[in-house]
Amino acid sequence: MSLLTPRGWFSASRHGLLGLTLGGLLALPLAAQAERIFVSNEKDNTISVIDGESLEVVETIPVGRRPRSMAFSSDGSELFVAVGDDESIDMIDLESLRVVRSQASGDDPEVIRVDPNRPYIYVSNEDDNIVSVLDYESRTLVTEIPVGVEPEGLGISPDGRWLVSTTETSNMAHIIDAERMEAVHHRLVGARPRHVEFTHDGREAWVSAEIAGTVSILDMQETFDVKHTIRFDVPGVPRETVQAVGVALTSDGRYAFVALGPSNRVAVVDQQTYEVLDTILVGQRVWHLALNGDESRLYTTNGVSGDVTVIEVDGLRATRSIPVGRFPWGVIVEP
Amino acid sequence: MRLMPWLHCLRGVVGRELLRFLHQRSRFLAALVRPLVWLFVFAAGFRMALGVAMTEPYQTYILYEVYIVPGLVGMIQLFNGMQSSLSMVYDREMGSMRVLLVSPFPRWYLLVCKLLASTLVSAVQVYVFLAIAWWYGIQAPPMGYLWVLPALLVTGFMVGALGLLLSTFVRQLENFAGVMNFVIFPMFFLSSALYPLWRLREGSHLVYQIAAFNPFTHAVEMIRFALYERVNPEAILISVAVTLVLLALAILGYNPSRGLMARKGGGD
Repeated sequence: MSLLTPRGWFSASRHGLLGLTLGGLLALPLAAQAERIFVSNEKDNTISVIDGESLEVVETIPVGRRPRSMAFSSDGSELFVAVGDDESIDMIDLESLRVVRSQASGDDPEVIRVDPNRPYIYVSNEDDNIVSVLDYESRTLVTEIPVGVEPEGLGISPDGRWLVSTTETSNMAHIIDAERMEAVHHRLVGARPRHVEFTHDGREAWVSAEIAGTVSILDMQETFDVKHTIRFDVPGVPRETVQAVGVALTSDGRYAFVALGPSNRVAVVDQQTYEVLDTILVGQRVWHLALNGDESRLYTTNGVSGDVTVIEVDGLRATRSIPVGRFPWGVIVEP
Repeated sequence: MRLMPWLHCLRGVVGRELLRFLHQRSRFLAALVRPLVWLFVFAAGFRMALGVAMTEPYQTYILYEVYIVPGLVGMIQLFNGMQSSLSMVYDREMGSMRVLLVSPFPRWYLLVCKLLASTLVSAVQVYVFLAIAWWYGIQAPPMGYLWVLPALLVTGFMVGALGLLLSTFVRQLENFAGVMNFVIFPMFFLSSALYPLWRLREGSHLVYQIAAFNPFTHAVEMIRFALYERVNPEAILISVAVTLVLLALAILGYNPSRGLMARKGGGD
């Protein structure tokens, strides 16, 4: 019986449960605030579900082999997981927390993104040098977009107009026109580009490069050129361990967070000046990042130590690390 | 029994210790410089830039300089406790202890007052050190600085009582320096002050066992947990028990009729 429906409310009152009902109503805002964090464990073939209030793993969902990138469906009812060794996308129902269906994705899907306007999943197929476009409603392959060698990172602009694919052997960012479904610009970035993140106004795309240890800022308004390159350095840490991977950008244009891989640090960057403000110690080999709904927390996956570190965005402090499965790769927070 | 004279006595002993501490600026500086050198130089060299693995009570990864701070707090108290007891030997040699001991109060009470005084002095030193560490960027939760006070009192009494007990064995100031070296350094280095116990176990099982047995380890862990608003019942129980035993032995040692002082010919 739902207390949100008139029938449910009446029924509850009729049974003398008014106090309970009021209690339930008072609890509703709290329940609404509780967020769930999903973490893909690459070696365990599972997704860990962390409760945003208790910060504990409350559920572990078995999925296909080698789960990595994740994305929510546009209506928020399903979580898509790229399971690389099964060459498919597993689809998890967010109510039952079970895999309810699966869709073939082509060879070695690593990174996926969902189109904000159409029921499309973009998949980087590392072994085939293409970006596949899947329709998750009709469960068909829409098209395949050729890009460079070993595509990896994918980013989509907030309006769905542009897609950026990075190829880790070509060291390039390929700017794809999402209407024409073809790459229209190609730009050199740092060695082994890993991840793409658009700013919330869609004016820039931030492209991290693992071996170069840099983030290239692409102008997405006019030139599509690299307008700035950010370099990272962590005192006392060997240069080669400072590798840029995951990127998360706050919607207010204040901070950018960059995961620095085996240096066990997350860099805090001023989104406007591109100045590196700080580095925060987290677990071992930090890989991907996700901000929560109100952007008060940043979650990081730490592959080698097998945990997720929670960073308070206001204080820029790591407050907790939560053990999850083996080799956590991606993290996403339920909207 | 009237309470006021007892409090008057307490105020006299504590006031004297605090005054002595305030007037001896070099002692204050030395007490502060020692842990700061460890923090700024030693911890910087062993920074473990890739982080110390998660260990209780820390809830995430920390730098070595964060780990070492509770150990350095223990170090301040250890040195202060020993130094205070050293002053007992000095007082005995100089004859000023007679003034204290002719008071009508029982000797156990005088010793407890003396220990409380020395503990309060060490607490002042600790809080100044923690303030500098805060400025340096090593920041515990704000309430942790309140939580740590009872832990500081227990540790202060523990190391102070140990110092008192040792001072009953020592007749001359010169001998005390040797005792300090044989007590302070093993206690400090064979504890969890500088390295987590699991790290010591990786290096040497014997060293790990000694460190796990060392009461100073439990005092440091009690301080570490309290500073992060956590309770470590095992560390508290062991620290309190060891403190009571050492205090009883020290009181016995200073007993004029049965104690070690009597056997040594009274001392003062």
